[in-house]
Amino acid sequence: MPHDHPDHNHDNNVPHSHDGLSPSGHPYRQDQDQPLTYWQNMEISIRELLIDKGITTELEVMHTIDQMDSRSPADGAKVVARAWVDPAFRARLLADASAASREMGFDIGALKLIAVENTDRVHNVIVCTLCSCYPRNLLGFPPDWYKQRAYRSRVVKTPRAVLREFGLDLPDDVTIRVHDSTADMRYIVIPARPAGSETLSEAELAELISRDSMIGVARAQSPA
Amino acid sequence: MSDRVRVSTMIPPGHVRTPYYLRGKVGEIERNLGAFGNPEQLAYGLAAETTPLLRVRFTMQEVWGSAAENPNDLLEAEIFAHWLTPVEGSDAP
Amino acid sequence: MGGRDAGAVLPDDHDFALWEKRVDALMVIASSKGYFTVDGLRRVLEDMGEDTYETMTYYERWVASINQNMVEAGAYSLAELGAKMEAVAARGSTYGECATHETPNICDGDRDV
Repeated sequence: MPHDHPDHNHDNNVPHSHDGLSPSGHPYRQDQDQPLTYWQNMEISIRELLIDKGITTELEVMHTIDQMDSRSPADGAKVVARAWVDPAFRARLLADASAASREMGFDIGALKLIAVENTDRVHNVIVCTLCSCYPRNLLGFPPDWYKQRAYRSRVVKTPRAVLREFGLDLPDDVTIRVHDSTADMRYIVIPARPAGSETLSEAELAELISRDSMIGVARAQSPA
Repeated sequence: MSDRVRVSTMIPPGHVRTPYYLRGKVGEIERNLGAFGNPEQLAYGLAAETTPLLRVRFTMQEVWGSAAENPNDLLEAEIFAHWLTPVEGSDAP
Repeated sequence: MGGRDAGAVLPDDHDFALWEKRVDALMVIASSKGYFTVDGLRRVLEDMGEDTYETMTYYERWVASINQNMVEAGAYSLAELGAKMEAVAARGSTYGECATHETPNICDGDRDV
């Protein structure tokens, strides 16, 4: 069963330890001691050529990786939680999700973000059939399954079957909207706010919002 | 003026952003996203003209016919204007 | 590829190796400096053909595409790339041994504990 780990908060630019785990909570894959592959060699070589030619620097590469690592689904969850509690923000998010995310202080760069909202009658799910476009600047790295052919080819044709594989079985009176990010837009799903969450704070609400619910293959969690 | 459009059926080789599974299908314009650089030029390192990009909404019935799980489910994608032809309005009020 | 038959959605969710993150970083840096666009990345990925989904991993395809785009953009020549790859391979046998730049300011080995 595909799963989604509980996301812990990442305060930007605060050094922190993960006890041998990477920021996503998984152990780092061991690549340092493995035999060099041709493509790894190519990565090293391209990087060093660009540094040698002054196109980039070692520091810029490291900073770029740190920036990517600092983004996680917790960022998107904060945006969704704000939309749940603040109707005016929700309206701004639906009108221009890039601007609304920047309002909250997220540096999403040139990303053109569209937020789509789940209701009790509509369920949204995101895919990029042509490659694997993903709102990385707000959600961090995409999961493996999102990038693989099985998801990308099947979810546009049989979304209900695919969602059932994720444990989400939607009734026929719920309309599914599959969004194929074929061009310059990136998408984030605003999952439906779960029942019983009325007394939770915005921060507590954010804990209920998983990466998978913002892709559309899961619902937000119910409060304990 | 109808906002229904048909996706071109042309199949040139090379980099186009219109998925095969939508070629020839009819949908409605969900929103106009503005103009963006034509990826068919950008992909080859050429200076690109900007061209309008539209979000188009299709029913699953339209895209997959009887193979659709639920005919009223929707498929929405971004299509560049030069791949779209307006469909004259049997649906226009 | 939308609509093609395919197998079950695999739930595996591994984290990324350092070299893979470096590939992502190269993409961000090279495109932000105008050497190529995400459209060029996609175009080369498509041109590589569907067989490469079986024979290469995601990041192997990406680094191949980045390289093709950089060569086409004139960032470096094939001869320079070839010479560099030979030099890198001569440093040792593992990724860790080979990934050390000639004039390191920061020790790579500290980063991924």
